[in-house]
Amino acid sequence: MFPRPIQTMSPTAQRTYKIVLPIMLILWLLPLLGVAMTSVRPSGDLAAGNYFGIPSRFAWENYADVFRNSPLAQYLWNSFRITIPVMIGAVALSCLTGFALAVYKFRLSLLVFFMFVAGNFVPFQILMVPVRDLTVDLGLYNTITGLALFHIAFQTGFCTLFMRNFIKALPRELIEAARVEGVTEWQIFWHIVLPLVRPAIAALSVLVFTFIWNDYFWAMVLTTGASTQPVTAGLNSLNGQWIAAWHLVSAGSILAALPPVLMFFMMQRHFIAGLTLGAVK
Amino acid sequence: MFSVYVIIPIFQSIWVSFHDWDGLGAMRWIGLANYSELWWDEAFYTSLKNNIIWLALYLLAVPAGLMIALFLNQTVRGIRIYKSLFFFPFVISQVVVGLIFSWFYAPGFGLLYALIEWVSGTGVAILADERYVTYGIIAAGLWPQIAYCMILYLTGLNAVAADQIEAARLDGAKGWRMLWHVVLPQLRPATFIAVVVTVIGALRSFDLVSIMTSGGPFGSSRVLSYYMYEQALSEYGYRMGYGAAIAVVLFGIMMIFISGFIWKMWRDEKGV
Repeated sequence: MFPRPIQTMSPTAQRTYKIVLPIMLILWLLPLLGVAMTSVRPSGDLAAGNYFGIPSRFAWENYADVFRNSPLAQYLWNSFRITIPVMIGAVALSCLTGFALAVYKFRLSLLVFFMFVAGNFVPFQILMVPVRDLTVDLGLYNTITGLALFHIAFQTGFCTLFMRNFIKALPRELIEAARVEGVTEWQIFWHIVLPLVRPAIAALSVLVFTFIWNDYFWAMVLTTGASTQPVTAGLNSLNGQWIAAWHLVSAGSILAALPPVLMFFMMQRHFIAGLTLGAVK
Repeated sequence: MFSVYVIIPIFQSIWVSFHDWDGLGAMRWIGLANYSELWWDEAFYTSLKNNIIWLALYLLAVPAGLMIALFLNQTVRGIRIYKSLFFFPFVISQVVVGLIFSWFYAPGFGLLYALIEWVSGTGVAILADERYVTYGIIAAGLWPQIAYCMILYLTGLNAVAADQIEAARLDGAKGWRMLWHVVLPQLRPATFIAVVVTVIGALRSFDLVSIMTSGGPFGSSRVLSYYMYEQALSEYGYRMGYGAAIAVVLFGIMMIFISGFIWKMWRDEKGV
């Protein structure tokens, strides 16, 4: 193990480590803690110049205010309506494409695979003008469907890459054996491969959820107005309205950050497994 | 479906970049005029320079992530919680990160502003100062990026072969030399991924610029991706062709990296 395990060092070193650790953590999360504090600060405190001290009381009404005076609830709901179908759609599609690319050897399979990979790294901006156009032509501009459709298409690239590598790592004999038994390809996919890739499905779902929830660029490009914008774009416009009402901005930010954070803590193991796939080989 | 939304638009964009187009009316073929305009456009160079600064400083996330990972790679009580809390910033939306840091920098009541004022006597409004604004935004971007690199390295460190470490230790290697000669070579895959995601992140930087400064003051914090958006879609008018030309340049820069990555993956694929 590297660095040397702390247990083999002197007791002083161990104690120092244990003290330094929380201090580092607090420094690391300082901006976040600051915002959390601000979000429960009554507006009177801000007016009186009490920016950093202990809030004079916990002003939970900031959160209620955010909901009452802004379409934040609508934004959050939009985010869910975009994120969840995309999560299901992209994962389902990529199971199929990943299976095809991993199991069948056709001439273009490597080419198709690398097209997916390359598509992943492309800057969004080069897609912006044509995608916006296409969406307008389809009559889906400023609709949730339009945004979701694009996200599914784009995320499929990443998911396919992930799925293909995962399926590729499964023992091939399993599939060969099933073929010899005369099992149809579709049944192989459904009864053999799918149950085995369950961990990958879980990891992908969490990742896609976070990516889509946090997307901002496409929300700006493809939607306008409170009825369709997800919470990221919504926060930006609220930020414009609430100049210097930092207690409200902070409360809104925290609410917007909450769902992916919860998701992360619930599915931590899968999340990290997904992110670090390929980092160890 | 992927090709409709991703592959074909790349070529359409290149096509549009040769036209003068407002997004609604007819497209007018103007050949390379958009590009020659770019060549003389000072704002373009500001954005390009900022992009390079972004790229250079963003790569600091890789060693910084490694340092934190080494620091956290211990087994004491509750370390798992520490690790996930350190990872926290990555899960939060860039929009929220941007807002958090705008608050952090805000003149008058931002925490950092107050600190600088306390140390040096005068506060600096980072986001309103042409000299610091890009660095201020990059610092905000580094925060989640370091967390990402850290988690990559933590996973990588778990897989480092213990026997090699022990053998090296018997040979008297320690500290930096151990890290450089024994540990880092084994972390190569993690480093590769960390560099890839960091480069892409740096070139894609849009959210933070848009949230924190909208490219200001006086366009001094624009990056290519934001400049392109501004030209093509915002209140400055709908110059789709010109925007597309900027995007093509950005794509070109990215392509250099992408082909590098793909080449490496291709080799690995052949090797298997």
